[in-house]
Amino acid sequence: MSPLSGYLLLSALLFSIGLAGALTRRNAILVLIGIELMLNAANLNFIAFWRYGPNPAALTGVMFTIFSISVAAAEAAVGLSIILAVYRHSKSINLDAMNSMKG
Amino acid sequence: MTISFFIIAAITIVGTAAAMSLKNLVHCVLSLTLGLVGLALLFLLLGAQFVGFTQILVYVGAVAILAVFAIMMTRSAEPMTNLPPASFRLSGVLIAATVFAVLAWAISSATRSLPSQSSQPEVSVNQIGVALMHQFVLPLEVIGVLLTAALVGAAILAMDETGASR
Amino acid sequence: MPEIIDQIFVLLKHWLMGYVPSLLKPVVSAILSVVPVLLAFPLLFAITTVLERKGLGRMQNRYGPNRVGPFGFLQPMADGIKSLTKEDIIPRTADHLVHLLAPVVIVIASFLVYAVLPIGRNMVIANLNAGVLFFFAVGSMVELSVFMAGWSSRSKYSLLGAMRAIAQMISYEIPLVLASIVVIMAAGSLSTVTIVNLQATYTGIFPHWYVFTPWGLTGFIIFMIAATAESNRCPFDLPEGESEIIAGYYIEYSGFKFALFFLGEYLGMFATSAMAITLFLGGWAAPFSFLTWIPSYVWFFAKLLALICAFIWIRGTLPRLRMDQLMNFAWKFMLPLSLINIFAAGVWHYMPAGASRWLVVTLVIAVACVLLSRGLRRNQWFHVRTYRFAS
Repeated sequence: MSPLSGYLLLSALLFSIGLAGALTRRNAILVLIGIELMLNAANLNFIAFWRYGPNPAALTGVMFTIFSISVAAAEAAVGLSIILAVYRHSKSINLDAMNSMKG
Repeated sequence: MTISFFIIAAITIVGTAAAMSLKNLVHCVLSLTLGLVGLALLFLLLGAQFVGFTQILVYVGAVAILAVFAIMMTRSAEPMTNLPPASFRLSGVLIAATVFAVLAWAISSATRSLPSQSSQPEVSVNQIGVALMHQFVLPLEVIGVLLTAALVGAAILAMDETGASR
Repeated sequence: MPEIIDQIFVLLKHWLMGYVPSLLKPVVSAILSVVPVLLAFPLLFAITTVLERKGLGRMQNRYGPNRVGPFGFLQPMADGIKSLTKEDIIPRTADHLVHLLAPVVIVIASFLVYAVLPIGRNMVIANLNAGVLFFFAVGSMVELSVFMAGWSSRSKYSLLGAMRAIAQMISYEIPLVLASIVVIMAAGSLSTVTIVNLQATYTGIFPHWYVFTPWGLTGFIIFMIAATAESNRCPFDLPEGESEIIAGYYIEYSGFKFALFFLGEYLGMFATSAMAITLFLGGWAAPFSFLTWIPSYVWFFAKLLALICAFIWIRGTLPRLRMDQLMNFAWKFMLPLSLINIFAAGVWHYMPAGASRWLVVTLVIAVACVLLSRGLRRNQWFHVRTYRFAS
């Protein structure tokens, strides 16, 4: 097994853990965390491919990861504030409780 | 494949798996932090120093704290009692397992075409800065606009509606 | 001869390394670099506690500790033995694992940041390419341990203290990082060693410290104010305001764990002070070129002690802020001012050297400072308090 495939397998496992969490948990904060995990698994892939790729001097993987981390931070901030707004409205952050479009 | 890779990978997997399966939300966030620190260590192991430290700064310093604040403000720190039915959870885990199986199959079948060994690329912060300011300057500007918009948007969303109309 | 004294610890390490088999070299080298730091800074912590208590006592017209040892200087030993032998009480409803981990995390995080601080010429544990970033990244782990302590104790006081502490630390971390960006811009490097080396040159007898420029001075002042807030010290000690929420997030800790928190807090203060020295005050460099014969580590610790004394002085002088004043000060004054400071540093870089750039940059910062402070005052954040019932 080459080092790269080890990292790719680990990244796939992390992605699946995040996916499982996002699918099975009903708490909005945890679903958001699961999505963040999936993003992070993708970041690991980028860095691994940059490290073992044919042209590491191009820095593309590193750049993509940096931008992805900043987008993930923005996503977390907006997502958590949406969760706060929803909580203020319906007094619950259980996703099953948010089933009406009427305010 | 070094011994340090396996140790750090184990830490990462344990942390993230605990984050997705524990009952208490605060425990989830704390173990998520462990997993993300493990991921940052993996970045360091791969030679991406800047990305690893940024990962710790953003995820441990900001996102975890933000999640903790959200948990405290939505009063969900107590263990959840009304879990979804077991069949529902089982189907979610099954889907995730299928995804993992497909990905693992794809990776293992592509192993032969993957590059196996290469020299450790020497990348300094200086190079990253130069690349950000020349080659990637447009994405950088866009990220700046996005972060500003996210900052303002998050503040407005989280603002108390009664307080805002004052 | 001065060079040998200056490098004595480095030479000593090289000499010791000569006797080590090559297999163990990396391990022994790491141990030899880390152990002195692990000994020196806790010792400094012990000295500082005495200094602080005696200094505060002097300011408040009392003696301070004077029973244990000569002039009370063995007081920290007595305190240490006391906290070691005390019973370790854990609240029954506490989250045991998190309660145990919180002080461990704070001490580890506080020690880790010393890896990138150059305490003398060639005396740094790890010369990282992204050293300053490492410092802030690891430093942000302290916030998490504060939350762990406050939440796991299951006490309202500790939770309130933790939430206050986190809100304050997050708000002041932004000016802290932004204030150090001007130095990174000027030095063109994130490595602490490079930053100090750039400052250790002289024009005539005067050094090239970044604090001797208008933007450097502003950055230094912002950095020190933010550092005071980061280390939860007076006048920003709301998280542990004794008269409001008793001891804040570590109220439910006793014995050795309490001592660990205390240690972690002081180590954090030393680390941010050392970072301020590294970034703005020339690190281990001597203040005048004719004083370079004094060893570099002596200069470093002299500067560190001077900053610690300034911290003690401030603690003895200023009253505590209110929460809204604290937040307004961070977001409406420190943050804009540090952004304008970055702009000023850019202007400085692109203007020709001479008196004109001094004038322009000073003017930019002064105008910004006046306008921002007037904005604060217009909203009456800092009005004189009237005591309705007392008068």
